[in-house]
Amino acid sequence: MSNNFPDLVKVKEKALEIRANSLKMIHAAKSGHPGGSLSIADILSVLYFGGHLKHNPLDSHDPERDILIISKGHASPAVYSVLALAGFYPIVDTMSFRQLGSKFQGHIDSLKVPGVEMSTGSLGHGLSNALGFALAAKLDKSQRKVFAILSDGELQEGQCWEAFMACAHYKTDNLVAIIDRNRIQLDGCTETTMALDPLEDKLSAFNWETKTINGHDLAELDNALKEAYRVSEETNKPFAIIANTIKGKGVSFMEDAVAWHGVAPSDTDLEKALVELAGSK
Amino acid sequence: MGAAIEPSTEKIATRVAYGKSLVELAKSNQDIVVLDADLSSSTQTKFFAKEFPERFFNMGIAEANMVSTAAGLAKAGKIPFVSSFAMFATGRAWEQVRNSVAHNHANVKICATHAGLTVGEDGASHQIIEDIALMKSIPGMVVIVPADAKETEKVMQAVTAYNGPAYVRLGRSALPVLFDDKYNFQIGKANVINAGEDLTIMACGIMVSAAAEAAKILKEKHNKSIEVINIASIKPLDTETIVNSALKTRNIIVAEEHNIWGGLGDSVASALLENCSEKLSFKRLGVNDSFGQSGKAEDLLIHYGLTAENLVKLSLEMLH
Repeated sequence: MSNNFPDLVKVKEKALEIRANSLKMIHAAKSGHPGGSLSIADILSVLYFGGHLKHNPLDSHDPERDILIISKGHASPAVYSVLALAGFYPIVDTMSFRQLGSKFQGHIDSLKVPGVEMSTGSLGHGLSNALGFALAAKLDKSQRKVFAILSDGELQEGQCWEAFMACAHYKTDNLVAIIDRNRIQLDGCTETTMALDPLEDKLSAFNWETKTINGHDLAELDNALKEAYRVSEETNKPFAIIANTIKGKGVSFMEDAVAWHGVAPSDTDLEKALVELAGSK
Repeated sequence: MGAAIEPSTEKIATRVAYGKSLVELAKSNQDIVVLDADLSSSTQTKFFAKEFPERFFNMGIAEANMVSTAAGLAKAGKIPFVSSFAMFATGRAWEQVRNSVAHNHANVKICATHAGLTVGEDGASHQIIEDIALMKSIPGMVVIVPADAKETEKVMQAVTAYNGPAYVRLGRSALPVLFDDKYNFQIGKANVINAGEDLTIMACGIMVSAAAEAAKILKEKHNKSIEVINIASIKPLDTETIVNSALKTRNIIVAEEHNIWGGLGDSVASALLENCSEKLSFKRLGVNDSFGQSGKAEDLLIHYGLTAENLVKLSLEMLH
């Protein structure tokens, strides 16, 4: 199902829709995490609409599907939006986000939302979960691919490094980790909070194949994923894409702003943001 | 009501029964996989590792990753059994058991060994007496404490058939064999193993054989009729059996190799308060809110009062 020439115009449009809907959800809920949702919108769009992630909105448990684990469960607005755009449920449903009784919980819930493979939100779990799926696929001699989107801040959790070690040990060449390197966490810059650099060297030292790219360049994302499949098959190593991103990407006043990690836009903010997003089509 | 149980002179550790059961079950169930954290010789998963190397994952000394990996394997359709010492599986990795396993209702079985004081010489750092509290407080978690090797076998069959997260508490030391093949274990059911009229001893794990012995001594030397209930299924709890026995004898002692705070005793006390308006005498016997220490398992049990003799003494005090 991998598409050699994905329609990047469509991927770009979908990424903008993910951004707009995420902000509408957070605005309606009056709470949520805009910054980290906007930074992964392009990554999600390339995976779902660029032909990389096999998915089936009619059967979310389709054994033929690939697996995507979102370890940064607070980026739930972006996840709920991309799944709606992929056809798992009507997008209007997502407006109940964070309300009592809604399936669209503050952090993603695998038991409530079709297409969400693992409930996450407590940082540091997702790569381990992905390793479990990757080991199962190998036991089953399945060609299934496993993707994990990690935040950069969460790499401060020791469990991530246990998982990096274990993925390389078990030669999970069917697993691609995409790190949303937006360099901002709740308290400020990752490098002043608890430095992660030199991140690529650390991952190489943990026996991973690595590639650093611009996480908002759709062609670079598409090429990096294709490179990951090819290289992992040759070297039997897991592959990490360090996607340099901008927190709040696409809305000028949210970009690179620590304040927009977990704050809802006001009516005026939303209006301005939607105009900006519509203008960048 | 079962006939009086006589502890056998044959002794087997529950962890040994676990290791053997795992191999037997895995022969007919291809979905079973096992994860261990560098303790397979101690937890006895080494037998599984030898028989089914492709289905065994040594995750190194990294329990958090082990538990979350198991959750992923479960969501992919496997039945992972996760083993380490109970201290680390339930303590170190509690948050992973809660969020990766239980919150996803992942079909993971946490089968942890070396629980309680009877770890012995390793001392307090390894003698977890808080694990029942840690596990039973997680929503939807099944918590089982088998009393002997035979019950462990039956528990293993039951948790394999059950689709959902479960914790099985296993021990290091050899225990008297109490039950035979006819013994029936069901999740959520307690077993009356000795019918009596004067006082009920409710117990789990190693304290079940102590309770059976205490009942025998009380019958033979003091002419007291003691009911003994094996409550292997801590959660879900068999409230009906517990309440019926309490209404009959009015005198209840709960015995466990665990801190008295947060263990079986607290669960039984809550069940009785919510369901009985009658006046009852009630006593918890466990570790009285202190850490353990190094020593031989049997010496530690005497030091902390977790013995048949102490149960006899407490029963006579309650009946006077």
